Amino acid sequence: MNIIIVGCGKVGQTLAEQLNEEGNNITVIDIDPESLKNVSTSADVLGILGNGATHSVQKEAGIENADLLIAVTDSDELNLLCYMVAKKSSNCQAIARVRNPDYSIDASFLKNELGLAMLINPEYSAAAEIARVLRFPAAIKIDTFAKGRVELVKFKLPEKCSLVGLSVKEISTVLKCDVLICTVERGDEAYIANGDFVFEERDVVSLIAPHKKANDFFQKINYKLQSAKNVIVAGGGKISQYLCEILDRYSISVKIIERDRKLCEYLSAQFPYATIINGDANDRELLLEEGVNRADAFAALTDQDEENILLALFVKNTMSGKLITKVSKTEFDEIVKPLGLDTIITPKSVTSDVIIRYVRSMKGSMGSNVETLYNIIRGKIEAAEFMIRASSEITDTPLMELKFKENVLIASILRNDQVIIPRGHDKILTGDRVIVVSKHLALRDITDILK
Amino acid sequence: MNYRMIKNILGWILIFEAAFMALPLLTAAIYKEKVFFSFLISIGICLLIGFLLVCRKPKDRTLYSREGFIIVALSWITLSMFGALPFCISGEIPNYIDALFETVSGFTTTGSSIVPAVEELSHAALMWRSFTHWVGGMGVLVFIMAFIPLSGGNNMHIMRAESPGPSVSKLVPKVKTTAMILYLIYIGLTLLEFVLLLFGSVNAFEALNISFATAGTGGFGTKNTSLAEYSSYVQIVVTVFMLLFSINFASFYLIIMRKFKDAFTSEVKTFIGIVLTLIVIITLNSRGVFDTLGDAVKHVSFTVASIISTTGFATADFNEWPQLSRLCLVLAMFLGACAGSTGGGLKISRVIIWVKSIAKEFYILIHPKQIKKVTVDKHPVEHEVVRATNVYMVCYIIVFSVSVLLVSIDNHDLITNFTAVAATINNIGPGLELVGPTSNFAFFSPFTKLVLIFDMLAGRLELFPMLVLFFPGTWKK
Repeated sequence: MNIIIVGCGKVGQTLAEQLNEEGNNITVIDIDPESLKNVSTSADVLGILGNGATHSVQKEAGIENADLLIAVTDSDELNLLCYMVAKKSSNCQAIARVRNPDYSIDASFLKNELGLAMLINPEYSAAAEIARVLRFPAAIKIDTFAKGRVELVKFKLPEKCSLVGLSVKEISTVLKCDVLICTVERGDEAYIANGDFVFEERDVVSLIAPHKKANDFFQKINYKLQSAKNVIVAGGGKISQYLCEILDRYSISVKIIERDRKLCEYLSAQFPYATIINGDANDRELLLEEGVNRADAFAALTDQDEENILLALFVKNTMSGKLITKVSKTEFDEIVKPLGLDTIITPKSVTSDVIIRYVRSMKGSMGSNVETLYNIIRGKIEAAEFMIRASSEITDTPLMELKFKENVLIASILRNDQVIIPRGHDKILTGDRVIVVSKHLALRDITDILK
Repeated sequence: MNYRMIKNILGWILIFEAAFMALPLLTAAIYKEKVFFSFLISIGICLLIGFLLVCRKPKDRTLYSREGFIIVALSWITLSMFGALPFCISGEIPNYIDALFETVSGFTTTGSSIVPAVEELSHAALMWRSFTHWVGGMGVLVFIMAFIPLSGGNNMHIMRAESPGPSVSKLVPKVKTTAMILYLIYIGLTLLEFVLLLFGSVNAFEALNISFATAGTGGFGTKNTSLAEYSSYVQIVVTVFMLLFSINFASFYLIIMRKFKDAFTSEVKTFIGIVLTLIVIITLNSRGVFDTLGDAVKHVSFTVASIISTTGFATADFNEWPQLSRLCLVLAMFLGACAGSTGGGLKISRVIIWVKSIAKEFYILIHPKQIKKVTVDKHPVEHEVVRATNVYMVCYIIVFSVSVLLVSIDNHDLITNFTAVAATINNIGPGLELVGPTSNFAFFSPFTKLVLIFDMLAGRLELFPMLVLFFPGTWKK
């Protein structure tokens, strides 16, 4: 696919590298020769110097043949202008980064009336991701299918858990739960679980289920799953503000510790329902006084990576709840990961993940029917959502009569807003949405899963 | 330093060289020549060593700028050292240094020869000589990059080190696709010339040889008299193609993409201007040497195209022309072709940057506080490129003067020494006086030949890759 990326800051660079690795033709546009040089030495991309919002520069970058324009410069207005100019000269799709909440409110207008494929707000995405984790503290990661009706939950089995020693098929007989186990990671190996698979301690399990059924399941295996009730947040930046707003919707109480008095005053005016503490989050006594040891969750979201990591390490020893750490740099991943910091949020990765997911499904949808595509385990196992538009050999036949390839799992069927966890006698009908988990990467059509 | 990766790539170079030698092998088979076996043995040696080097796969495949330069320099040296084997084994050029000189002259598209009687060489040897031009013209590593998978910006380091010109730009986002487009243009133009030569009733073997030598802007011929014996039609076709192959290949791509305005860059325009000016001056000056004005224009155009494109074919002995004409030709030797072509020399784009830098410097002398950028085609040239271009000039002068100094140990006259070095470092071929178009380089001592071999490689790779090899800091951990 031909992709033009305008702006090569942190996100632009990450996108250029990852999308290039996936075999797309990338052209990057930036006004700074230095950062352009950085990108074109670290990835096999074409760099164009200039203002990406001008027609002539876009033409130079080959906008006529582009499939997608991603505008991720620092300025919202420039990003939107890039898109407007591109729209006139080409029929490519466009993704724009828009951070300013003023514009975010108009997201639906921008999408529907101006035809923008996707608006992305890195801080908001990061906050949404954090909120999702807080609502479901057991999970390492949660993705959603079918516009949020089905969740793909990844979690780690704790040492004392009633699931350990059970096999996959005993989940429905012994636990009487209707969830579908897709994949299990054990060490470096990844498995697509069949009925006889037996769970062990420390397995990382991914399951697919509607939100309620997943809750039910976690209760039955005595997994602490209640959504966090109170959260302490260090730092009052953009992410914290969005988080505050989102968490209020789920009535989770938030306490923000922020150093800057003026910002505190602004925060308390904006979010009257939150507790705003003016103080240094690095102050051990202050943290204890504010009850960090009793909190359900702690999120270190200051703008300093080092401070966040230190805070998280300290809190980890005093609190038993969920720990979330914001780390902006990915360069030192191999040092940060072994620290055992639960969930690490990297805004630029969240942003690029969302965009890459979109690109993948866009690429998938060229000549295929893939609606959404997720990497459950990077480069090994994917989950794809198909829309069944026409009848084929796979439709109207009970699943047990079909011959599937190995390592393929039909994870769920969506019919008229109803989620069906498929069993042998179920059938796929036209108009259904089907989620397939498989080790065969790059499925193009639902019939590809048959032998 | 990632030695394993370097070894791996050198292994690939040898395997590809073995593949290249299949063409002369085939020629030998067609003409039933004994040299068949010497090529067979050489292919065997290349494959054996190549596979030994390739079979140990490096774990770490990352390359940095430093490895890029070293890979390019070592690849060309390896390529030449093994390419000389067939000449030695068959005994056609018994002395190894002579054989090496001939092969380096081939791969670097110089065309200076040490063979006194070209007609006596076997068809296979002639084909190998011309084919080395064709392979070396576009760059071997660029070719190989279209095949070996290298990830990320790794291959950009190699492309930057091998491609001629002050800065490299890709045509399309992927290096691999860029390399393929360049080669397709290259192959297309070569085929076109081959077909046009066939129409000029040149036999297929010679037409192929001439096409290869023109495409690489090399200059090895199949006759001692170079192109003098061929018809006017052939000479005119070759003139046109020599000029075409010295134009930036990106321009051809832009023309194919119908971006005519972008295709005619200031470099291309300047190049055409210089060529026309030189033709006019030399024709006027050396009018008396020829019988008719038409003859004069034809021979002068051919010679100017041959020298400025750094090919080195000849239809007339320009050593006998008046002094002004001779000097104009020496000047053309240094100017060279456009960046991104197969030609050598200093490159027109560098000359443009120098002239504009000088103008800028004058402006600053007059208005000390003025801020002025060097711009080419309305794009500002980055300071780093200007700096690198200036340093290039200094290095060039140093390498050139040291070479002339070393060559003069042989005690020949100054014009011979000066033009011998100029003809090799600019990858042209013939010089003046003793190394004029009708003579050859055989009389030099082995030491001088080694110096000239270095000059040819340094000239083709634009100095830095070869100089980096001798810079102590390169090898420090």
